[in-house]
Order: sequence, then C-alpha cells, then structure tokens
Amino acid sequence: MSGERERRELLINVIAGLLDGIRHVAVGASSPIPAAGAMLLRARNERAGKPPVRISILGSQEHNFFTNGAVEVFDCAAQGRVDAFFLGGGQIDGAGNINLVGTGTYPATDVRWPGSFGSAYLYHLVPRVILFREEHSPRVFVPKVDFVSAAATTPEVRRRGGPHALLTNMALFDFDRISGGFALRSVHPGYSPADIRANTGFDYVEPASIPATPAPDAETLALLRGRIMEELGETYPAFARAMQQAA
Amino acid sequence: MTEIVSLEALAADVQPGQSLAIPVTGVSMAGTAALIEAGARDLKLICVPISSMQADLLIGAGAVSAIETSAVSLGEAGGAPRFNAAVRAGSFALRDSTCPAILAGLLAAQKGVPFMPIAGIVGSDLLRVRPDWKVIDSPVGEPGKVVVVPAIAPDVALFHAPEADRAGNIRIGRHRELAAMAYAAKRTFVTVERIVDRNLMATEDSAAGVLPSLYVDKVAVAPRGAWPLPLWDEYPGDDVEVARYAAMARSEEGFRAYLSGFLSQRKQVA
Repeated sequence: MSGERERRELLINVIAGLLDGIRHVAVGASSPIPAAGAMLLRARNERAGKPPVRISILGSQEHNFFTNGAVEVFDCAAQGRVDAFFLGGGQIDGAGNINLVGTGTYPATDVRWPGSFGSAYLYHLVPRVILFREEHSPRVFVPKVDFVSAAATTPEVRRRGGPHALLTNMALFDFDRISGGFALRSVHPGYSPADIRANTGFDYVEPASIPATPAPDAETLALLRGRIMEELGETYPAFARAMQQAA
Repeated sequence: MTEIVSLEALAADVQPGQSLAIPVTGVSMAGTAALIEAGARDLKLICVPISSMQADLLIGAGAVSAIETSAVSLGEAGGAPRFNAAVRAGSFALRDSTCPAILAGLLAAQKGVPFMPIAGIVGSDLLRVRPDWKVIDSPVGEPGKVVVVPAIAPDVALFHAPEADRAGNIRIGRHRELAAMAYAAKRTFVTVERIVDRNLMATEDSAAGVLPSLYVDKVAVAPRGAWPLPLWDEYPGDDVEVARYAAMARSEEGFRAYLSGFLSQRKQVA
C-alpha cells in the first residue's frame, strides 16, 4: 500500500471526471497527472463506445498531431478546437487569477518563476481550463496575486474561456464565472473542510455539507495500473516507473 | 546566396547590440558556445517563444542586455538559475511576453505590417509592463476590444537542424516556427548535423519540410550541435547533463566552472 500512489490515482481519476464530454484536450509539457487523467477519459470513452478523445501533449513528438509548428495549438484554441487545458500557478487567487511570473514588485521580483507561457491567451480561449496545483498552502492560494499572468474573468471583453475547477492535493473547487470565485466541491480523504480553510489564503463558498472526493473504483484502478501507465510511460517514463514501484 | 562557413565565422558575424531570435526546439547549442567564445555581448534575445539552457548560458556569460520571452525554464531540471539571478539583479531589460504574442509579432514582420492583432491577453498585467502592446477598438467586424502587438524583426535568427543541402536549403520537418523566425529575421544563421549531396527540394514530400535557402544566410556544420538539448529524429536530450548544469549554475562560481567545461567539450565534438 502506498499513500503516494493512491494520492496520484485519486487526482488522475478526478481529472478524468472533470474532462468528461470533451473532444480535444491539450496538456502542457511535464504534466504527467493531467496527461494520465486525459488518457483515462480516452480509455473509458473507448470502452463505453463514446466519441473518441484527442490528446495533444505539448513538446511531445509522439502525442502531437500538429504539423504547423508552435503556433498551431494557439490557432487551434482561437478556432474553438481545444476544449480543455491545464494551468497552474506559483500563486492563484480567489478571483481565479494566476501568477506564473514571480512574487514581489515587478520586474525585480523577490522570487522569479519561469514566466507566463501561453496562459494570458489560452485562459481566454479554452472553455474548460482546469487549474491544477498539488501544493495546497496559503503561499500558493493567496488573496491577490502579485502579478496577473492571466485573468480569470474580464467582463470588458467577450470570451469563451476561463477556469472550470481547481484541483489540489487536498480538495476540489468549482469556479463560478458569474460571481468570479471558487466554491468547495469535495475534500480528499484524510482532510476536513477545516483543513482546507486553514490552508487557503483566499475566501471561497463552502456549502453546509461537503462530500469526500470519491476514490477510483476497482475497474478504474485496473485500467490506471495497466493500460494508462503503459501509455503514460511513452511520454513520462520516470513518472510511470515511480508509480509502478510504489505499488 | 547561402554561405557555408565555419562555426567560428558564423558566430563572429553576430554583432553587439543586435537582436537574436532563438527557438525552443532545434536549439543551436554549438552556435551558443561559439558566440560565447567569440565574446558576444549586448545581445537582445528574443525567445521563440520560450528558452531553456541556451538563454541561461548566454545570460550567465554576460552576453545579454535585453530579453523578450514568455518563459525561461530548464523544464524537469527546474528554474533557470542565471536568468532568475539576472532578473533579481535587474541586469538586463526584461520584456515578459506570452507565447502566441511573440509568434504574432514575428508574423507581423513576416507580412511586412507594423503590428498584429491577437486574441485574449486582456486583464493580464503583461499589458501593464508592455506599454508597446495596445488595446484598441476593433476597426472592423463586431465592435470590441482587441490587443495588438508590434512586429518583431530580429536582426539574426539562429537555430540548429538535422540537414542542409549544398544550396543551403534546410530540413526543418514540421517545426514551422523555425521558418517563422527566418521569414521575420533580417538574417538567418543555421547550424546543422551534416550537409547532404542530394537536393532537399527534389520532391514535394521533401520540399514540404524544408526552409528554402532564400531565407538562409549562413550554414555551419556542427555535429551533435543541439547537445545537451534534443534534436528531433536524431538524439534525445541529455537530461543528466542539464540537471548537472542546473545544480552548478546556482552559484556564479559554479556557473563559471560549468561554462569552461562546456566550451571545451563543445570544441572536442567540433
């Protein structure tokens, strides 16, 4: 039994659920858990005879069906052909804004992160953006980000894209685009709603009764530990190996 | 005409103060070493649209006075230590961007127009720190705000590819962003694994994956020229080496030690 493997399997299962109904999901480089979630959905749809799911893994030669260079995924999103994408953030605030640039005062930030990548654009254009950040702490989930790499809601312009949910090591939140804030949907096994409150630096809606995030069922686990780890190993060999060793 | 030159001659033709466009796939690490050997300085890097070890090495070597990028990161190996240190120290002009905005700027230059409209971005603090980007009322179609970014016309584009033919046609496969860089740049320098005798334009299939010599000014042969970064269909990235760099480059002294080893290693390959 390994807590680490179970933790990851739960996240993968949640992601597959969040993606349900999509036709094309793009996954950023070095995102094995989102990629595994997308692969799980693809396998489930195949079994259920549902429409196939396309997965683009950016920076992967194998899982990349684009032929028009770096611009194609962005053009594809502008055309409405990318249904879901994942974004993280060094900081994420209660309004759903994300910061991939750094903390402190720009430009000579105290801590510098890599940069905004495609976030400022894709957040506007991809209907179902899943915010995925494993570390659940007040330093990540802040009242207000120090730098807005990408804004979650912008009433001044029409947009089809924005945050759909926020998934962490401790909980799952929904995002309400009208109110512009998060609501706690479920808490992962081992944590209480009070733990979430204590580790979240921003305010959010908390319904009276919060269910536990469901763990994957036996059929899902069999799929995950078999076919999905095999598929994932083609792009993320180290991650797939670690999952198998943790078994 | 495309000139086939030595790596040293190629590097020597990049002048201080010039803007240098560099890609994220097909990275000329051999060209980077040659630039540093030649004492390159005051370069204005344009990362298309992000960079990893290449930008970090040039920054650490003191060759960079400005950088436009959507991100600099060593990927699995973590943050880019020399980039991060230079940002904190304020040692260059920093122009943060977002990937499609850099690609849109190149496209404007490719088409010879002063700017390119681009979707999204509204609400981002990038607009605050990039006064050269504007939000305008769309002059055509449905009324609404749209962001425009200025054309990016690099003085030099530098990349690495598997093959050139004798005429200077370059096989770039489906890495069309390398063509986008070359269309926009005033001059394009390419390092290649090898020069082949066959004509890369000979068949439709081959020509479709080729950047024609029209856009290519200089070609130099540099075997394993992307190492330790990967080159498609040729070799994978050397992740152990990149991790070694990440660890050493955390300090200025460590970086210096890594750089001197890297430069001599690159010479041995060449």
